[in-house]
Amino acid sequence: MGKTVLMQGNEACVEGALAAGMRLYAGYPITPSTEIAEFSAVRLPQVGGKFIQMEDEIASIACAIGGSVAGVKSMTATSGPGFSLKQENLGYACLAEIPLVVVDVQRAGPSTGLPTSPSQGDIMMARWGTHGDHPVIAIAPSSVSEAYNLAIRCFNLAEKYRTPVLFMMDEIIGHLREGIEIPDHVEVIDRPTVDYPDAKRMPYQIKEGQLVPKMAAFGEGQRYNITGLIHDESGFPTNSTEEAEKLVTRLMHKISDNYDDIVQVDQVNMEDAEVAIVCYGGTMRAAITAMEKARAKGIKCGIFRPITIWPFPERELLAASEKLKKVVVAEHNYGQIVLEVERIIKNNCKLGFVGKVNGTVITPEEILAKVEED
Amino acid sequence: MIDTSNVSEKTVNTSDLIYKYMRPEHLPHIWCPGCGHGIIMRDVAQAVENLGLDRDKVVLVSGIGCSSRAAGYMDFNTIHTTHGRAIAFATGIKLANPELEVIVLTGDGDASAIGGNHLIHAARRNIGLTVIVMNNTIYGMTGGQYSPTTPRKAFGTTAPYGNLDRAFDLAGLAYGAGASYAARGSAFHTQQTIQMIQEGIRHQGFSIIDVASVCPTYFGRKNKKGSAVDMLRWQKENSVTVEQAKKMTAEQLQGKLVIGVIHQVQYPEFTFEYQKLIQRLAKEREE
Repeated sequence: MGKTVLMQGNEACVEGALAAGMRLYAGYPITPSTEIAEFSAVRLPQVGGKFIQMEDEIASIACAIGGSVAGVKSMTATSGPGFSLKQENLGYACLAEIPLVVVDVQRAGPSTGLPTSPSQGDIMMARWGTHGDHPVIAIAPSSVSEAYNLAIRCFNLAEKYRTPVLFMMDEIIGHLREGIEIPDHVEVIDRPTVDYPDAKRMPYQIKEGQLVPKMAAFGEGQRYNITGLIHDESGFPTNSTEEAEKLVTRLMHKISDNYDDIVQVDQVNMEDAEVAIVCYGGTMRAAITAMEKARAKGIKCGIFRPITIWPFPERELLAASEKLKKVVVAEHNYGQIVLEVERIIKNNCKLGFVGKVNGTVITPEEILAKVEED
Repeated sequence: MIDTSNVSEKTVNTSDLIYKYMRPEHLPHIWCPGCGHGIIMRDVAQAVENLGLDRDKVVLVSGIGCSSRAAGYMDFNTIHTTHGRAIAFATGIKLANPELEVIVLTGDGDASAIGGNHLIHAARRNIGLTVIVMNNTIYGMTGGQYSPTTPRKAFGTTAPYGNLDRAFDLAGLAYGAGASYAARGSAFHTQQTIQMIQEGIRHQGFSIIDVASVCPTYFGRKNKKGSAVDMLRWQKENSVTVEQAKKMTAEQLQGKLVIGVIHQVQYPEFTFEYQKLIQRLAKEREE
């Protein structure tokens, strides 16, 4: 049994990251993610890690990538405007295959928007924000406990698949305080390290049947090259059309072929459900009450909550939709994930939507009204 | 003309340097004939050789542009990053592992336009990076647009009527921002530049060596500067030392290239200070 403590979501994210082995944090102050920087500044030097406040958001993600290249698990955190600024280097980490965790405590946009208000408006930016075709793993916590445990999962997936992982928190969870249990032991995965002699010449070499190249830290003696240009297995730029196709295809498959390992979904009362509320992150809180009220009224209501937002749990949703009469998507935006849901469920069942862009939270009653609607 | 008789250098054959510090399988380089960047790249190799550094512990970080291809040609830990961000990436590498010698190879546009914020803040922070600017006063990779170091009235493809902007003095900018070592070399003044790069690497703190390169293809052609040799000759004939410059008026310094160490002082280095903090906290916990 671990100990139970009262914690804020942003703090839990830091503690989870530390438990996963984060030893470098680079950030820039921005509401509502600032506490992640503040807690990191306090905690990292206590455990021999490094905190640095960089000059801007772009520098923060660049610095975190640099830390990871030198072999140290690294994280940066931000909110909407900062997440926009980080997009270019996010793509760099995707292509160069640098393990990294980027936290976005979402706030209401667009632009400077409503800085202290909750939102889930960055969900599509998480998928498509950086230019070019690239793989994405994005995870959304819906409790403080999950902010802790899923932060660990973000690091583990980043290391295992040598890719940036986006921790899509929102203001609701970031600033929520609740009691959580800190486990005594957590599973920690480290990046696949180099054990073959040819790594210096072929740092991106893939063995038959594998999709993730092993990784040496700078300073270990491999003296290899990293670039944001399309490169071959040597790590050097190439203009070869075959190599370009091979690389981008492998990067996409690296994630999609490991769907079962990466994708997590929380299904509540879905066994007999005729109506499912699809929600994620902080919206889950209202959805639970809405479901309970619907059940009290005799409506067989369940909740389908993607924990992994990208890749979206489409196999599970498609299977569920075949047994449902209706899906109600609730999210704090003008309609983002609902588009993905609409694509997946085809016309298997009806589709309702509850969105909000005024900076307030979606209420259980608003969801319930859509659940009850014919 | 600057006297080089008192500059010492171990005699190393250039081809020996190439086989030791370059990646011959990735040569020839992509730079145009006459480009000054190859000379500066060689200066870096020579400085590393003179200092006897362990290549496994040397990291070269570059951004985007002509200069930034240098990293890949050299046999160290090399990372070719995004435009303007080399110093920010380098900061993470140095912070994560302060034992590494982290050298940033950048250009004038990379370091002072898109990356200007990182340059001044790394200087202010006094983190132990050595920034070598291959300053050719033009955006070469994209075909000759004016940069923050293009002289006023000079021509570029985006300055067809002459540049209206004023040029940055990069060593002066870094000095103003708090760099504890700031120097200026040139493609022509290899001996002095090698010496400055050595000093910069040895220096405990942020160092910048702004090295005047030559771009005969774009800057030279647009501004009728003649051949690559003519442009190097211009560097030779129009340079003055920092000491000489101190005795000259602003008018006399017009169009001159001031070579030498602009500023050198000792401040606490960032990663060293951070290590001290970690040790202090560990000690407090024990007590």
